[in-house]
Amino acid sequence: MAREVNWERNHDPVGIWNGRGKAALIARGHSPTDRRWDGETLEKSLGAYMMIAVQNALDDAGITIDDVDGIIGSAGGQGNGQPLSDVWGPRPYFDPPYDSEDGLTHVTGQWLRNQMGFKNIRYINNHGDPVWNLIGQAAQAIADGRAETVVVTYPNGNLPGRYHQDPSNEARGPAVWPNTWGWGLSGQGFTFNQYCQKYGTNHDRMAPFVVQERKNGLLWEHSYYAQHEPGEFTEEDYLNGRMIARDLSIFDCDRPVLAAAAYVMTTAARAQDMKQKPVYILDHTESGFTPRSLVQTIDDTEEWTDIQAQRSYNGSGLKPDDIDIFAPYDGFAVFTQYYIEAWGWRGVKRGEAHDFYASDISLKGPNPLNSGGGNMGTGRMRTVFITDPLEQLQGRAGERQVTTKAEIAVSHGVLPISAGTVVMSTSPD
Amino acid sequence: MARPIVPVPDPATQPFWDACNEGKLIVQYCSICDRRQYPPEATCRDCGFNFHLSWQETSGRAKIVGYSITYDSRLVQWHPLQPFLNVIVALEEDPVINFHTNLIEDYGTNLAEEPDIPIGATCEVTFVEAAPGRMIPEWKLVK
Repeated sequence: MAREVNWERNHDPVGIWNGRGKAALIARGHSPTDRRWDGETLEKSLGAYMMIAVQNALDDAGITIDDVDGIIGSAGGQGNGQPLSDVWGPRPYFDPPYDSEDGLTHVTGQWLRNQMGFKNIRYINNHGDPVWNLIGQAAQAIADGRAETVVVTYPNGNLPGRYHQDPSNEARGPAVWPNTWGWGLSGQGFTFNQYCQKYGTNHDRMAPFVVQERKNGLLWEHSYYAQHEPGEFTEEDYLNGRMIARDLSIFDCDRPVLAAAAYVMTTAARAQDMKQKPVYILDHTESGFTPRSLVQTIDDTEEWTDIQAQRSYNGSGLKPDDIDIFAPYDGFAVFTQYYIEAWGWRGVKRGEAHDFYASDISLKGPNPLNSGGGNMGTGRMRTVFITDPLEQLQGRAGERQVTTKAEIAVSHGVLPISAGTVVMSTSPD
Repeated sequence: MARPIVPVPDPATQPFWDACNEGKLIVQYCSICDRRQYPPEATCRDCGFNFHLSWQETSGRAKIVGYSITYDSRLVQWHPLQPFLNVIVALEEDPVINFHTNLIEDYGTNLAEEPDIPIGATCEVTFVEAAPGRMIPEWKLVK
């Protein structure tokens, strides 16, 4: 099987996608959500959880492994930072199938195929990331006829110990520039500080947004908080959050968790036979940028997000008023205003997002922003950004079901510098 | 003071670090794109070639464009200095080009309270010894 390259729609003008409405997202499956893997319990390993999620997705779609001919996934599900394998290994492994990193700190499509007994796979690709791009990649593969029914996999691991700690006293390569001057998550604080200077706002005004996300997330059964910390989270809690950097508190940072999710996608024709209502992919677009100089500034951020929003609008043919469900990434919460303003959702212009947060953004109100709760409400698994729009458009979001129209959804992530956008619809047209 | 983390030059950045040791702040310049480039790279970010890249000395003056303060770094070696400033300054003659600084000479480290950082204030480059024989650019407020 050849590795596919250049599948992304990341050069303007992208034009209306020629695969529009040809691929559909049908079903989702999730594993349990844990804080970390203990490094010993194999039935709670990333591989075991990935198999649970895949089987749940197949059951949700009403199909079997014999119906699947493609697996597209992120082998590690770690969108940035060091691979988990660098933290875990090398060390003695376990008996097969846990005799290598594969199945423990990452999960390839080949490993899944072999363990679960898929017999009809003709297309595997493990090179994508993050989940928005994987959905786009799968939609493209289906539209191009590379596979008919695809399982998209997204494992997210977390191991004991503090996350992404670097003990080195030397810096090499690209790390020379941030590490020599102690630059890290302060980068998020810096850009947000520039945003606040530019528009006369401040960090405290994030509180209504983050609190609402936690409320929404507590209504999603796969959320880490719903499963493990179901207590109320208040504005006072947010405002008293321990600061990681100025303008970035612990409650702006998504909590690393161990979880896996899988999605079933298929052709528009095959979708009609499956158990759930099809949600059609109207468009996928991607982007990657480079800062003008050393660090990403607010000018870079606004330029990049404007380009990606316009690219998505051009690719889908939609206008801001067409978007019913909007799911912009929040895996630092201080990102989200850049996306809302770039897309102009609900008429929000540059500098107005914090006013918007102070309006009614509740689930049952007129502006149900991130109705799934985002990463702030669910943990650092990112998959709520696909599952919630899917469920909203299928009308099976349960307590989270919005009361506004839910026919077209836009989901976007991950970083301003590198992102994918997926446009979903109840109609293929 | 010695720095918690010491940069290790590579072929693309060696001239920059050598200039620091001579008390000069230099950046790359691509004559075909007519743009400065920092941090240094093997090729121009715009045209992708190295044929037109050279080095230019800067004025060594810059303005503060924003900042943050690190309270809990992912970089373990920096932990003893927390909280410390992370300030970005933009080169006076080309504000697209920006640099890190901790403004240690002005504000120190282990901040007892958040200082009022003057956005827009002018700074000038200085060079501090990160390790024996390894100078790095820092910045200080022009008083």
